[in-house]
Amino acid sequence: MSYIEIRNIFKIFGPDPEGALELARAGSDKDEILAKTGHTVGLHDVSLSIEQGETFVVMGLSGSGKSTLIRHLNRLIDPTAGSVSFGGEDILSMDIPALNAFRRKRLGMVFQRFGLLPHRNVMDNVAYGLEIQGTDRKTREAAASKWIERVGLAGYEAKFPDQLSGGMQQRVGLARALATDPEVLLMDEAFSALDPLIRSDMQDELMKLQAELHKTIVFITHDLDEALKLGDRIAILKDGKLVQVGRPEEIILHPADDYVQAFTRDVNRGRVLRARSVMQRLTPGSDRSEDDSNAPVIRDDTRLEDIVSISLKTGQTISVMDRDDNRVGLIDRDQVISALSR
Amino acid sequence: MFPEQLNVPLGKWVNQFVDWLVINYGAAFEAFADSLLTVLVALEQVLRGAPWWVVLIAIAAITWHASKNWKLAVGLVIAMFAIGTLGLWDKAMQTLALMIVATSLSVIIGVPVGIAMAMSNRLRAIMLPVLDTMQTMPSFVYLIPALMLFGLGKVPAILATVIYAAPPVIRLTDLGIRLVDQEVLEASRSFGASRKQILFGVQLPLALPNIMAGINQTTMMSISMVVIASMIGARGLGEQVLMGIQRLDVGAGMEAGIAIVLLAVVFDRIGQAYGKRSQRSHAEDV
Repeated sequence: MSYIEIRNIFKIFGPDPEGALELARAGSDKDEILAKTGHTVGLHDVSLSIEQGETFVVMGLSGSGKSTLIRHLNRLIDPTAGSVSFGGEDILSMDIPALNAFRRKRLGMVFQRFGLLPHRNVMDNVAYGLEIQGTDRKTREAAASKWIERVGLAGYEAKFPDQLSGGMQQRVGLARALATDPEVLLMDEAFSALDPLIRSDMQDELMKLQAELHKTIVFITHDLDEALKLGDRIAILKDGKLVQVGRPEEIILHPADDYVQAFTRDVNRGRVLRARSVMQRLTPGSDRSEDDSNAPVIRDDTRLEDIVSISLKTGQTISVMDRDDNRVGLIDRDQVISALSR
Repeated sequence: MFPEQLNVPLGKWVNQFVDWLVINYGAAFEAFADSLLTVLVALEQVLRGAPWWVVLIAIAAITWHASKNWKLAVGLVIAMFAIGTLGLWDKAMQTLALMIVATSLSVIIGVPVGIAMAMSNRLRAIMLPVLDTMQTMPSFVYLIPALMLFGLGKVPAILATVIYAAPPVIRLTDLGIRLVDQEVLEASRSFGASRKQILFGVQLPLALPNIMAGINQTTMMSISMVVIASMIGARGLGEQVLMGIQRLDVGAGMEAGIAIVLLAVVFDRIGQAYGKRSQRSHAEDV
């Protein structure tokens, strides 16, 4: 059983969701149900398993239900049907005090438009989660200071949100979510409102933090490049239904349907594909390592864009090694070119 | 002609209801009236007993506290001084006391009602027409039962003023809370804030500029009630206007009218300054 288990979630918006739920269960799709009952299907039979410590990205266009989905994880929205559990604990059966305790201790959330408290300065915003928990001022300000510095905002403690740029505001949002040391970080289009350059910075920053913190991150985005960059695994939603779940390379190499394929068309493959999915796999025993002892050697998780430059420089066939230094495959120039061009 | 058989004896029912109230709960109303009167009389004694220059200094201090603008403070002191030069100082203090009590009561009732309306769509649907009625019903209509319940004097005047003046603060408290950014609320909920923590930590502080605007309007409306209030025995500037009308003394009426306007200006400017202050709560350290 995975850390976070989402099982057969339906969410239907409207005055009488039960009636529409029958239709949805019988297989009617979003448009049909809207036409027949006037109810909007937010999520249609979504099941997901998210592992502890992974960065799980949910991708979809607006109206796909991705923001609805993430709000089920902390019950800002309750499902019409289905179950959500964390570490085996069913969160839908929690009463209000238990739910609040769960939100305080185990979750942090970052919002698209930051959701900062405009009447509180940076320090008090970052300390907010701890204040809600009832931590005393000294302790919470010490913790907040640490995180403010960690996200690069030292010196801005006394500033108010409207005195900061968008990127800085989202750093405050991130620090606020991390200050309570949650197990799970929920990020709802956290970087979508930022300029491309700052967005890229924040993505790098998040990856750097994650390399140290190993939180479970659920990240919502409408941007496939962002999903591919950040996600250990990616789920693609369309009209409230799950279309595909997989590792970035699986999504690129084996799109589940035309919809996913249309998305992946413009992706920079060099940045997503890794040696292991481009190489010609060696069957054990057929190792020809003697032939070319000074051939270039790379790891199996090397990105295609790095392989390109090695291949161009040396012109030789490249050996691919796995984590235990066994040679597992070979890549020649033609394979590099065909992997890039498809 | 409308058929007489279809007449609904609403008036009779209301009379019976008021009679029933007076008979069964007269003592309770009296106790309530007494406590309200005690507060009002005490405040009136303080204001009328204080030397005029102490009141002027207090006005200056409050204005300075609200606006940090000495020109405004001086202007409002001059306005109050002008009321004194019209020979209406004592009456103005009576009106002031009545207004302070009526406005305070409106806020004490109005803010919680506004909060409740913001929390419940059903209550809001019920309250909106009630508020419309409170503002459009001619005040004499509810002055009559108020008189029966409380007798002639200051208490029914306060109640009539509250009925007329409370709606703006109720409406703007409701509006202010509903206008709080949904994402900020979600953020607060996502950190596990309880309803109380959300209300006092997020909703009320962010609704404060609107609530202040409501309080300011409530104050203005309670000033506009002083003349009517004086008809049922509240003393003060309104009494002077009434006397001017009865004796066809245009000058006296005009003097009292000007004093009422000046008092309104003073209240309005102080109220607005506090409203602005709540908006730029952090602008000072920019």
